[in-house]
Amino acid sequence: MSTVASQIEVPAGVTLPIYMDNHATSPLDPRVLEAMMPYFTNKFGNAASRNHSFGWEAEQAVEAAREQIAKLIGATAKEIIFTSGATESDNLAIKGIAEMYRERGNHIITQVTEHKAVLDTCKRLEKYGYRVTYLPVKADGLIDLEDLKRAMDDKTILVTIMSANNEIGVLQPIREIGKICHEKGVLFHTDAVQSVGKVPINVIADNIDVLSLSGHKIYGPKGVGALYVRRRNPRVQIAAQIDGGGHERGMRSGTLNVPGIVGLGKACEIAFNEMDSEAAYLRGLRDRLKAKLESELDYIHVNGTMEHRLPGNLNVSFVYVEGESLLMGINDVAVSSGSACTSATLEPSYVLKALGLGDDVAHSSIRFGLGRFNTQAEVDYVAAKVIDIVKKLRELSPLYEMVKEGIDLTKIEWQAH
Amino acid sequence: MAYSDKVVDHYNNPRNVGTLDKSSTEVGTGLVGAPECGDVMRLQIRVNPETQVIEEAKFKTFGCGSAIASSSLATEWIKGRTVEDAMAIKNTDIVKELSLPPVKIHCSVLAEDAIRAAIGDWKKKNGVAETAAAETSAH
Repeated sequence: MSTVASQIEVPAGVTLPIYMDNHATSPLDPRVLEAMMPYFTNKFGNAASRNHSFGWEAEQAVEAAREQIAKLIGATAKEIIFTSGATESDNLAIKGIAEMYRERGNHIITQVTEHKAVLDTCKRLEKYGYRVTYLPVKADGLIDLEDLKRAMDDKTILVTIMSANNEIGVLQPIREIGKICHEKGVLFHTDAVQSVGKVPINVIADNIDVLSLSGHKIYGPKGVGALYVRRRNPRVQIAAQIDGGGHERGMRSGTLNVPGIVGLGKACEIAFNEMDSEAAYLRGLRDRLKAKLESELDYIHVNGTMEHRLPGNLNVSFVYVEGESLLMGINDVAVSSGSACTSATLEPSYVLKALGLGDDVAHSSIRFGLGRFNTQAEVDYVAAKVIDIVKKLRELSPLYEMVKEGIDLTKIEWQAH
Repeated sequence: MAYSDKVVDHYNNPRNVGTLDKSSTEVGTGLVGAPECGDVMRLQIRVNPETQVIEEAKFKTFGCGSAIASSSLATEWIKGRTVEDAMAIKNTDIVKELSLPPVKIHCSVLAEDAIRAAIGDWKKKNGVAETAAAETSAH
């Protein structure tokens, strides 16, 4: 009797389940937690309280965090606005600029593999009379800069293009995009949630006017993020989307989440100090995983360019194996799939489809997101387990058998249902 | 998503995985679904020409765990039945047996389609296509 259940030995030092989904969220670094703890209890003051030491203490902590964040991205502290996370940052940036610059123009340019926080914000603006151009991506996942130049017109006020993609980890050429924007006098926003702290980003050198970042993707807490808003050359103005007490220079009202902000600051400080060595470490683990998979399995398709990519990302389609069934077989490893069966919409990943991949290849994709706390022993176990399960599921796959027999699957009249 | 114990059991230990000689007149082959939809089932039966009993059933499935379990269960159920008996298996029986959630009902529909397609192929090969057509229209 055939069996899919795996009996791969767990190496010493590896505890199951293994977390390898660091693009979704990352574990809190213990050093971050330590920094945050006093601000939940003893140092509980409201950073807006100007007339007692509790408030001053909180404000000092917030300003220190602002410095830590600014340093990581080459900004100044005054250019950092705290938010509840990157979704809010994206909304504030895009809606805030759209509102503020409405008289100058109504055209916004973005691209098809953006996060929904950007795409759905743009869609809403379309309802309010804005025009949005969604640039396509090439098979490698990158936009064509000539497409961007062609899309610009005299009504273009904003270009919003992500720095690193959350599924395939590809790095858009933001420096060149920013340069094109500045030459045309158009503002450039980037959703840098996945890239801040992972690869070098400098808002000056990279020509970025507005940038979204988040705490929990960089081993910081959930529920806190920031928006960088450039103050000179050009001075960017943003219309507030949350009204109230006028916090954050009037751009984002609401009592500051002091422990969260302290944690975000600490996470940025650690990233600043350790990014280079950590990137080299993660690239090593990622390449080891890729090499192991490729040495044992045929019909593997790496989604997106390997050349311009986050060090910890590997997105692979194990063709002729459906993604959810693979996840079921490796249920002691936390990863994600672009398979429709794993999504709420029952549609395969729009990011993978944008690369021109067939739905069948998108259904077969797995995203490995390596992070700070993953080890080589974990990578070896995950590779062995995935190889074992993929081989077993391919024994079960009529498509794999047909392809091995030399049948062209595209010539078959499938009964789509 | 949490899977029922029966789905997990069929996934871990799929019954009757394999391939029959599709050129044999005793063998009927059903290939249903589409790769772009994320599931393809191939179900094959070998029918005793004297008794019309399905003596062997084999499957291979590209799809999620519930699709694999549905087709594995289908082969278990049709083995030993006559082709007419096998036609009586409904997708709702599979849903019930495997406790499939609503989003996975299409897996059971596909398994029922696979059974019918395999039997249809066998009937066509053995010159009983008209009966099959008449039965289908009666549903």
